[in-house]
Amino acid sequence: MSMFNILYKPAYELVEEFKENPDLMLDYVAKTYERIKEVEPKLNAFITLRSYDDVVKDVEKVMSRLKRGERVRLPGILVAVKDNISTRGLRTTCASRILHDYIPPYNATVIERLIKEGAIVVGKTNMDEFAMGSTTENSAFGPTRNPWNTELVPGGSSGGSAVAVSTAESTIALGSDTGGSIRCPASFTGTVGIKPTYGLVSRYGLVAYANSLEQIGPIARNVLDAALLLEIIGGDDPRDSTTLGISLDGLFNEVMDSEYSLEGVKLAIIKEMVYGADEEVLKVFYEAVNKLISEGCVVNEVSLPIVKYSLPAYYIIAMAEASSNLARFDGLRYGLHIPVSGRSWYDVYMEVRTKGFGIEVKRRVLLGSFVLSAGYNEQFYLKALRVRRLIRDSLMKVLKEFDFIISPTMPVLPFKIGERIEDPLKLYVIDVETVLANLAGIPAVSITCGFSNDLPVGLQIMSPPLTEPKLLSFSKSLEEVLGFRDLVPKGV
Amino acid sequence: MSEEAIIGLEVHVQLNTLRTKLFCSCPSDYRGKPPNTNVCPVCLGLPGALPVVNKEAVIKAIKVALALNCKISNVLIFSRKHYFYPDMTKNYQISQYEGVGGIPIAYSGFLTMEVEGRQKRVRIRRINIEEDPGRIVYPTGSLLTSTYTLIDYNRAGIGLLEIVTEPDLRTPKEARLFIEKLKSILEHLDVCNCDLEGALRVDANVSIPGGSRVEIKNIGSPKEVERALAYEILRQKHALMRGEIVRRETRHWDSVRKVTVSMRVKEFEEDYRYFPDPDLPPIPIPKDLIEKVNAEMPELPDERIERFVSEYGLTRYEARVLVMNKKLADYFEDVVRLGANVKKTVSILINDFIRYVNELNLSLSDALRVIKPVYIKELVDLLNEGVISTKIMKKVLPEMFKSRKSPKDIVKELGLIKISDVGFIKRVVDEVFNEYPKAVQDALINRRAIEFLVGQVMKKTRGRADPLITRRLIEEKLSKLEGS
Repeated sequence: MSMFNILYKPAYELVEEFKENPDLMLDYVAKTYERIKEVEPKLNAFITLRSYDDVVKDVEKVMSRLKRGERVRLPGILVAVKDNISTRGLRTTCASRILHDYIPPYNATVIERLIKEGAIVVGKTNMDEFAMGSTTENSAFGPTRNPWNTELVPGGSSGGSAVAVSTAESTIALGSDTGGSIRCPASFTGTVGIKPTYGLVSRYGLVAYANSLEQIGPIARNVLDAALLLEIIGGDDPRDSTTLGISLDGLFNEVMDSEYSLEGVKLAIIKEMVYGADEEVLKVFYEAVNKLISEGCVVNEVSLPIVKYSLPAYYIIAMAEASSNLARFDGLRYGLHIPVSGRSWYDVYMEVRTKGFGIEVKRRVLLGSFVLSAGYNEQFYLKALRVRRLIRDSLMKVLKEFDFIISPTMPVLPFKIGERIEDPLKLYVIDVETVLANLAGIPAVSITCGFSNDLPVGLQIMSPPLTEPKLLSFSKSLEEVLGFRDLVPKGV
Repeated sequence: MSEEAIIGLEVHVQLNTLRTKLFCSCPSDYRGKPPNTNVCPVCLGLPGALPVVNKEAVIKAIKVALALNCKISNVLIFSRKHYFYPDMTKNYQISQYEGVGGIPIAYSGFLTMEVEGRQKRVRIRRINIEEDPGRIVYPTGSLLTSTYTLIDYNRAGIGLLEIVTEPDLRTPKEARLFIEKLKSILEHLDVCNCDLEGALRVDANVSIPGGSRVEIKNIGSPKEVERALAYEILRQKHALMRGEIVRRETRHWDSVRKVTVSMRVKEFEEDYRYFPDPDLPPIPIPKDLIEKVNAEMPELPDERIERFVSEYGLTRYEARVLVMNKKLADYFEDVVRLGANVKKTVSILINDFIRYVNELNLSLSDALRVIKPVYIKELVDLLNEGVISTKIMKKVLPEMFKSRKSPKDIVKELGLIKISDVGFIKRVVDEVFNEYPKAVQDALINRRAIEFLVGQVMKKTRGRADPLITRRLIEEKLSKLEGS
């Protein structure tokens, strides 16, 4: 299919071609919109899609910038943006009824940086409401489907972004990762997802779910595209006090030029992370591990009993922060509005929040309020914070001895839509591999390491804080050895 | 009467000398702007917006902490205080918390003040930095008669200091003196322009034996604090006398009707579900920063009172009245620097000036702006040089408020210059002696009756006759009559 030549081309190659021949952008955009028209009805990756005409206008602006000789690093590249990242003038719903008509008056820092580099937002992608979920089923705009098999979930909560990238509805995408929300759908769709070091990417404009855990990060079809996108969105932001004052300039070139040798690389597998994973996942994972060993990697299994407490600690902290962050949604200043005449503010707030939030959001707000309340916060919230510190300390200890920690990204293969959604506990347990990186604030990548029943299986790699150049260089080497990149899903 | 009351105060002070709000770059000068125009994504709490702390606010808080002899935390931690209310843009307030995971910027301090000639020490429990909520506006001005409510978020996010005392105060007057002293300290530190509407707001907790603790919310000035507490203590006493129970509750001070009104009954402590704000990582407060702020501390009220006594020879009372209002003290020094007589300047300022400000219903700071120091200097000079009498001065001063003219012009226009012409006064004295022979006889018997004659001369000259010359001439004439 000749159309696929341009659609599945890596962003870093497209950029060079567009710089040579800016008119090619129009062809790229036209083909992308054809592709969207074809697959979107089957997948529902977007909540809000920008009109073709608006996007072409943006392309023409970028073309004239290029012709003026401006140097931009992502000219004309279409980016899908998760719908919890604030975009000026473009509806930002968080997949919630309570924000169904909210149009932000400002851009998130990451959006400003993308636009500055000539990238073009193609639309806002579907997600679990307020990023609470791992399947993209908890959306007021209906579920997103997996392009490898449309009966199955694409993972979540950044499911729409991962699906858009894997099906070439966009070339790259932004997701957000609170406990695995980038890596899970990357794993389920055969794409690459990065959860950066906490504080590396500005959260200004990211609608908060759990502030102390989450980061915006890239989703792409190969490691280099992900590195390019990370370099552009990352770095210090005076509007976000939690950014670390680190510059990522030169990251893409460093990864591009690296030839990271696998010889003697020390990898740790944490026993408690693989214990309990499904057999078909483990089979693919260990096949990949054997390949790495044959390439010279040294792999050791270590035991970290504290990992058993990671899920409860994660959910307590995330829910506590969520209950606070979501308090502001009362329908008074923006969002779902109901008639107020003759009613007390208290009544109005109750009705707005009852009608506006979905069941999972309500559950987390209630549990979060509970764990923070007087008399309980000692035994839940404060204890969870202590567990978090212990987990971070023990992971850092392992990472002193080893270069990376590897595991399957998800303990299960993509499953049927509706299969787990009724039982939250069944859903929460599949985050077991991913939450560690968020609790510890360390970076983690998911790349594809093989297939089982024609479904992609993700490999997660974790490294110490701020070691993204090394982590991505290693990931690029693995991508070459394992041979899975720029994958085209077979289900659509 | 009310000695047995136990009173503690929570004082909210706007950091309105800061250029911007506490967590965003909106101007902190929100007054008089069209509603909801002094806002941005951060202070409106829009989804995704993040706070960034205004470092200057921390410096101001450290200044206050040092002036109030507080211990200062070595780390700045903001906590979220959760409650739903329409004036809150996030339904939590970014504040500080005295408990697990949090710490106020300052704690365990004290303020010393003079109460009836004795020094009294009031302990400061803590000082918090926090954000001001928006402003609820009732279209009719009253909650009871309004059919709807408007909200203006222009004020949302203004920096506040919450200064909390231990329950060390015993009378409404002590509470007023405390607020007055605190206000003067804040003004000397350039932390707050307390005269602006809503810049200083007090919540007072008060209980009397046999009753429960009652909180009175949102009192606007030192005088109102005294009034509200006096009312509330009386109300509680009467309730107990009638055999009723004084419930634990929150009351609202109605400054128009001068009564406290019940807002809500508190059956248990509200649960604010505090936790450290994850958007604002802890910031260390290094010792050398505190030392630097300490080294740059301006003159504080107590030091200034001492200086006024030693440098200008004022009485302690005079010095205190001036210094309790920084602007008045500054004004006094401006006038004296122009070369005016110190004693007369003080007397005019703390007696006459303040009285006319009150009589004319002006604010002191407006009055000090309207009347230039050089005019007061002129007035003092006229008095000092004998051009006008004290009595005339008291006529000129209110005229200065009204016409804003210089005292010299006023004296000229109204023909108020003192008459020192001995010949002229002699003629008036002669007239008075002729008209009141009986009074002359009385004065001959009892020299104290001379006042009546002096008064009559003053009356005939509309107060302009020099009182010393008048008295001398009358005495001379009486002596002559005696001798003959």
